[in-house]
Amino acid sequence: MIAILDPGVGNLKSVTKGFQRVGAQTVVVPDAAAWKALIAAGDEVQGVVLPGVGAFGDAMFQLRAAGLIPILRQVAREGRPLFGICLGMQLLFGSSQEHGRYMGLGLLPGEVVRFRDDVKVPHMGWNDLDVVRPHPLLRDIRVGDYVYFVHSYYVEAKQRDCVLAAATYGSISVPGVVGQGNVLGAQFHPEKSGDVGERILHNFVAICEDW
Amino acid sequence: MLIKRIIPCFDVLDGRVVKHVGFLHDRRDAGDPVELAKIYSDAGADELVLLDISASEQGRLATRRVVEEVAAQTNIPLTVGGGVSSVDDVRSLLLAGADKVSMNTSAVRNPSLVKEAAHRFGEQCVVVAIDANLNQTMGEYEVMIQGGKVGTGMDVIEWARRVEKLGAGEILLTSFHQDGTRDGYDIQLTRSVATAVNVPVIASGGAGRKEHFYTVLTEGRADAALAASVFHFAETSIRDVKAHVRQRGVPVRWIYQ
Repeated sequence: MIAILDPGVGNLKSVTKGFQRVGAQTVVVPDAAAWKALIAAGDEVQGVVLPGVGAFGDAMFQLRAAGLIPILRQVAREGRPLFGICLGMQLLFGSSQEHGRYMGLGLLPGEVVRFRDDVKVPHMGWNDLDVVRPHPLLRDIRVGDYVYFVHSYYVEAKQRDCVLAAATYGSISVPGVVGQGNVLGAQFHPEKSGDVGERILHNFVAICEDW
Repeated sequence: MLIKRIIPCFDVLDGRVVKHVGFLHDRRDAGDPVELAKIYSDAGADELVLLDISASEQGRLATRRVVEEVAAQTNIPLTVGGGVSSVDDVRSLLLAGADKVSMNTSAVRNPSLVKEAAHRFGEQCVVVAIDANLNQTMGEYEVMIQGGKVGTGMDVIEWARRVEKLGAGEILLTSFHQDGTRDGYDIQLTRSVATAVNVPVIASGGAGRKEHFYTVLTEGRADAALAASVFHFAETSIRDVKAHVRQRGVPVRWIYQ
């Protein structure tokens, strides 16, 4: 079972549908009480997904209000696979400059910054991925595979080795897939990235099954 | 590298895809939106745009049911427009499965709607559709509303810059005078908007041959090219268009063997 955290901001349907298309069972977890009930019922949660659209500060606020921050920290600590998607990936990092300065979950080292104006913002559309570091999440992803991005801010990773795949946009190398241990993330939308995206969702499910 | 997108558009009327010659007349049936969405998605469409063309004039929101079914059938982004007049409408379509919501008449009447929607749901899901018509008296492109029936007297470039500031993440630019002609996109219009703003611009209106896509994506500086009838009536295919522009050096998402 894959638990999809939703404190009520984004559109979860496409993420849920995406995981269902690759054969995963999913459950939507809106808050800490729902998480505790799930665990208490003995449901085996093999992996956790943190999706997200909207603004960084609002999303952190919602996560906090829903009591999900300690749960995310616990998931990261106990080694259970955690996958942040789009804004959800950015939330895994230390801080963001979106509309001010906000602290993130700090599970990965880096800062979320805005694109400069020498490129069109948002970075919207299909961009190819360069695999920087082979990883089970990137199994069967080949040179020239395109994925769908839509974001105005990107991660400046503090440690390059947490970047697994990158996308070149203008002069910037945008971290596309990140990971350190069990904490993983994709800046693009795998659930909207055609067959290539489905391969990545499938790979995450396989990682969860191995856990 | 970010590639140029090729986007089929569905004009939906009473649950069916229709294509009309010019904005106002001669509608022809092109099929079931859910079926077409699946076909185009498998054929290599980079995105889908679904516009409920009667919603606005009937004072209602685009049909949620169609949006839900189309979203369930596809694994590529979906933009939906038609009758969006409040933040709640935007939310409703996003919850139905739209990734982006397009506003046109309501953005002109109430520009703060663009700002509010961008603030609540993020700029990335707010598309402002601009219908442009060459106004001989003004000597400029004029913003049209209500499906092209009503002129606003507003200059297209100024309006495009303004909606960008308000938080639109993308502009869907239709040349009203070219729409349905199949004579090609309005290159001058597209280029002047695409170079005036720093958000992606989707060119629409006038596609008839694969060469037209090449021209609007290069000379016209469009980030994406949208077309309806040329695809619906199989005059060209998404693969043919992509093969053509790719061979002439424009990067596209190539999913074919």
